[in-house]
Amino acid sequence: MTIADFTFYVFAIVVVAAGLFTVISRNPVHSVLWLILAFLSSAGLFVLLGAEFVAMLLIIVYVGAVAVLFLFVVMMLDVDFAELKAEMAKYVPLAILIGIVLLMQLGLVFGTWAFSDQAEGLRAAVPPEDTHNTAALGRLLYDDYILLFQLAGLILLVAMIGAIVLTLRHRTDIKRQDILAQIYRDPAKAMEVKDIKPGQGL
Amino acid sequence: MSADLTILLPEIVLAVYAMAALLFGVYTTKDKTAPMLTWGTAGIFAVLAFWIGFNGEGTNAALGGMFVDDGFSRFAKVVILISAAAVLVMSESYMAKRNLLRFEYPLLIALAATGMMVMVSAGDLIVLYMGLELQSLSLYVVASLRRDSVKSTEAGLKYFVLGALSSGLLLYGCSLTYGYAGTTMFEGVIAAANAEHISLGLLFGLVFIVAGLAFKVSAAPFHMWTPDVYEGSPTPVTAFFATAPKMAAMGLFARVVHDAFGNVTADWGQIVAFLSVASMFLGAVAAIGQRDIKRLMAYSSIAHMGFALMGLASGTAFGVQAMLVYMAIYVTMNVGTFAFILSMERDGQVVTDIGALNLYSKHEPLKALAVLILMFSLAGVPPLVGFFGKFYVLQAAVQADMAWLAVAGVIASVIGAFYYLRIVYYMYFGEETEALDPAMAPAQWVFLMASAAIMVFGVINLFGIEGPAVAAAAALVN
Repeated sequence: MTIADFTFYVFAIVVVAAGLFTVISRNPVHSVLWLILAFLSSAGLFVLLGAEFVAMLLIIVYVGAVAVLFLFVVMMLDVDFAELKAEMAKYVPLAILIGIVLLMQLGLVFGTWAFSDQAEGLRAAVPPEDTHNTAALGRLLYDDYILLFQLAGLILLVAMIGAIVLTLRHRTDIKRQDILAQIYRDPAKAMEVKDIKPGQGL
Repeated sequence: MSADLTILLPEIVLAVYAMAALLFGVYTTKDKTAPMLTWGTAGIFAVLAFWIGFNGEGTNAALGGMFVDDGFSRFAKVVILISAAAVLVMSESYMAKRNLLRFEYPLLIALAATGMMVMVSAGDLIVLYMGLELQSLSLYVVASLRRDSVKSTEAGLKYFVLGALSSGLLLYGCSLTYGYAGTTMFEGVIAAANAEHISLGLLFGLVFIVAGLAFKVSAAPFHMWTPDVYEGSPTPVTAFFATAPKMAAMGLFARVVHDAFGNVTADWGQIVAFLSVASMFLGAVAAIGQRDIKRLMAYSSIAHMGFALMGLASGTAFGVQAMLVYMAIYVTMNVGTFAFILSMERDGQVVTDIGALNLYSKHEPLKALAVLILMFSLAGVPPLVGFFGKFYVLQAAVQADMAWLAVAGVIASVIGAFYYLRIVYYMYFGEETEALDPAMAPAQWVFLMASAAIMVFGVINLFGIEGPAVAAAAALVN
């Protein structure tokens, strides 16, 4: 067993175990932490494959942004997970049935799996020769898959418009900051000195 | 590259228009621009429909076959764009009256239309998914446009959650297909799935993709979301759901099963035949107990999707042709029917109970006659155009040795006729009740009358849509 094989198994086992704990741990904050561990280990797997750029993206975007956002959501939202789980318990038999059916299907499908002749070779050398990760990705995104890339952008635009349409309200009953009015405020008029006699109000 | 862009030009124009109009709306007077943007979007739709309908020729593939522009996609795009334009025009007054006319509404419809155009042109599993999501995401938002109403919010949320579930099924199928075909391109998949041998993995992929698409066309047993979403959404949005997205989803369905799995017709034919029978019967039987006209139209759309799927189930070019003709007729009927539903109000309040139509013919003989024609056409009573749509799909089923399917269709159609005829009964022989308001926006009146007139005069030659439908089917099935 070479070092590469050994690291692969370490990372792979950690990914699977962390995934399992994400699902079964009782405390949702722990779940998110396990999820972060799973992301980190999969980043390790990507490095082993020679896809360094994707590995770094996974850490920066998923661990750095998405997982932290998850953590905020879990901590800020007042969701009673114990109650949710009790509710879920009612559907466990059905869920198990569906799970078994899906598992059997996967087993059946896996039985007919045939590796193509070049599969091993392709896996050994993920990026093309003499091309950097980023250059190879850029070529795919902005050349071969430009339509998909732009469509994905449109989908994100729709998501943004949707969030604004459904949540933004122009309220008229609140005070808003008016910077111009603040700048043009005249100190002479802004403050008024009143002489108040003791024992009297304004 | 520039040749590719030329093929994609209609989609690019629409997407750029939507973004430019968004900027325009945000930086000028916001919602005050909404009526103008609504008409502008409808105008762009109409122009693009003419451009695509009269300008396109032959089969052109862009970006290495990821995006296909052929007779089939052009037929579907013209139907989508014209029906979307019609719905926008007739919804303007309704939305404005109920303070729902936000300037984002026409833009989201435009973006949804972009997604639909991509869907029917997809030549690759990822393009298929991207188009579908662009369309669905816009629809989720417009479904909950009336955000102060619990029902509308619920409709949007329900549609979103079940839509996400169906996307999951679809993606699972796509990933299995990719794994076993080794490519996401339809031309690669069709080479891998040949008639003598289709691997089990591809078969599972096919089943999951079909299940995901059945969600989108709301075919039974994947129809659960339809009645609630139709009822909860603002009526113009319901009208939109019942027209353009249905055509797009059916177009996508036909494209996937023929372009990617065209060599294994027998394998998906039986699944589609099952979906078809289940939808026809469920739509016919479940609608009997409905008194809300929007829920009724939801079940009606489920039944009609069953008939359209019958054409597809035959697996022949004639079947695709019958499906396209059926969808075009169905969309036309629905535009007219919803033009009427949009105008249903009493003392300025929206009414959706069909009891409100009692003795409508006494107060409004002309409109009642138009609705009568549309209901007869929806039920498939000869000699109206709706009958010919059904006749076509039944013929396709019989020709493909699926006489049992045709017989089931006839029985379901007879059961379903009950609830269409009940509306007619209420209008002509019902009890005396408080009358509906006689007022109707001019645009709605025009679409109601035009749709009814088409149902009568279309019997002469179906306005010549058979020719393009034949060409479209020939482009898809070969």
